[in-house]
Amino acid sequence: MLRYFKPIVFLACLVPVGRLAWRGFHSDLGANPIEAITHGTGDWTLILLLVTLSITPVRKFTRQYWLINFRRMIGLFAFFYGFLHLMTYVWLDKFFDVHEMIADIAKRRFITAGLTAFTLMIPLALTSTKWSIRKLGGKRWQVLHRLIYFSATAGVIHYIWLVKADLKKPLEYATILGVLLLARAGLWLASRNAVDRKPEFSEVGSGR
Amino acid sequence: MLIKKAADIRSSEITPKSLYLNRRKFLAGAAIAGAATAAGLKLRDVASPSRSSFAGSKIDGIQKSQFSTSEAVTPYKDVTHYNNYYEFSTDKEGPAELAKNFRTRPWKVKIDGLVEKKQDLDVDSIIKMASPEERIYRHRCVEGWSIVVPWVGFSLSELVKRANPTSKAKFVEFTTLFDMTQMPGQQRNVLEWPYVEGLRMDEAMHPLALLCFGMYGEALPNQDGAPLRIVLPWKYGFKSAKAIVRIRFTEKQPINTWNVSSPQEYGFYANVNPNVDHPRWSQAKERRLGEFSKRPTLMFNGYDQVGSLYSGMDLRKNY
Repeated sequence: MLRYFKPIVFLACLVPVGRLAWRGFHSDLGANPIEAITHGTGDWTLILLLVTLSITPVRKFTRQYWLINFRRMIGLFAFFYGFLHLMTYVWLDKFFDVHEMIADIAKRRFITAGLTAFTLMIPLALTSTKWSIRKLGGKRWQVLHRLIYFSATAGVIHYIWLVKADLKKPLEYATILGVLLLARAGLWLASRNAVDRKPEFSEVGSGR
Repeated sequence: MLIKKAADIRSSEITPKSLYLNRRKFLAGAAIAGAATAAGLKLRDVASPSRSSFAGSKIDGIQKSQFSTSEAVTPYKDVTHYNNYYEFSTDKEGPAELAKNFRTRPWKVKIDGLVEKKQDLDVDSIIKMASPEERIYRHRCVEGWSIVVPWVGFSLSELVKRANPTSKAKFVEFTTLFDMTQMPGQQRNVLEWPYVEGLRMDEAMHPLALLCFGMYGEALPNQDGAPLRIVLPWKYGFKSAKAIVRIRFTEKQPINTWNVSSPQEYGFYANVNPNVDHPRWSQAKERRLGEFSKRPTLMFNGYDQVGSLYSGMDLRKNY
């Protein structure tokens, strides 16, 4: 089953960028195509980050444990869209003007937040291989990959800080992120209780 | 969609009762209804006489203006499908669709405040106050994009003079229509409604300040501020109030909507100024719609003739 699902999910993740490219080539991105590309890639970075974050709670609540097989791929696609989004800024907005970008990062908090969100994704993308997990050890790898919480939070803050007056969409992302983080907290508490109880059972079981 | 629209219209509405009862003619009526069903939206146009058909009608006798730029005009489609018009939607593509049935006639404009005589003027009488001119202006949005638009109108001063403000009047305040049923964006509190903008009297009297009712040689499309708006090419776009229903002369500086929304970002003057950044982004450059690279933003959007209005003022403080 997975053999077929994986390529499908892979292609599905390419649909947004394919659509942007298609519409771009057909002059169908509206009056301000560069803005449309910036918003499109930014949206999909956040969406895929949230999807990545939802996989663990969803698979635990629904007991569909096989879903874990998609987490790395979707996470890497979030990084891919984040990179495209950053490139629209570096290239299409600032035209590689380093001075302007440095001034921007220091002065504009929404740029600072956005760059933070992306930077935090870099170590995650770099250590996404099986080799890295082995090398780091599961525990340490897991701790490192908790950076995604901070990355997603910074990404949502980046969006909230950049809008002019209408906070509806960024607050939708914020709400979903909040729910996902709460779900994590719930799962964590549940697992902690389970761990706490375990010794009692083993004591009984071992007859000591 | 088509079927649903047609189902709203019962045949009794388009067929008189006498015919309705006559079987043969009833059948004819049914045939008309059938045709109307096929015509769908067309019938709705006929059925609601209030629907405005002014937008897009040709304006006669337009004169050229010395204030026009020779720069390439932005395509009509971009100027009509990329609108910051929060009364309809915060989405730039939204107003084109949502303003389609906006009623721009009958339309009254209240002239009040510090004037010799308060009056309610019909928009068509305002339009006839002076002969229409085409003014091809650069238009710079506070968000960092710009367009070039062939507006049609005449100097705002023509109206101000006829309004007869008293000597106490120091400012002019413009109010946009507040009507949630027609302007769905007003159902949400993204801004404080109605939209209010204002000018100092000398700014309003400057010949560049345009009272505008058309563009591209035609009556203003609804999504671009029909039936009456102002255009202030040396200021950021949000100063140019749309769908104006009230012009009030005051002694105190009007409180403009975006200034209420975030005072540290949007001031009263809002003159285009590449040296004073928006707190969240630089204003040094802009993207002209249709262009790939950004171009430098010019002081007063290149309209240096307004500079004397602000001599001695700290434009960093009076942003």
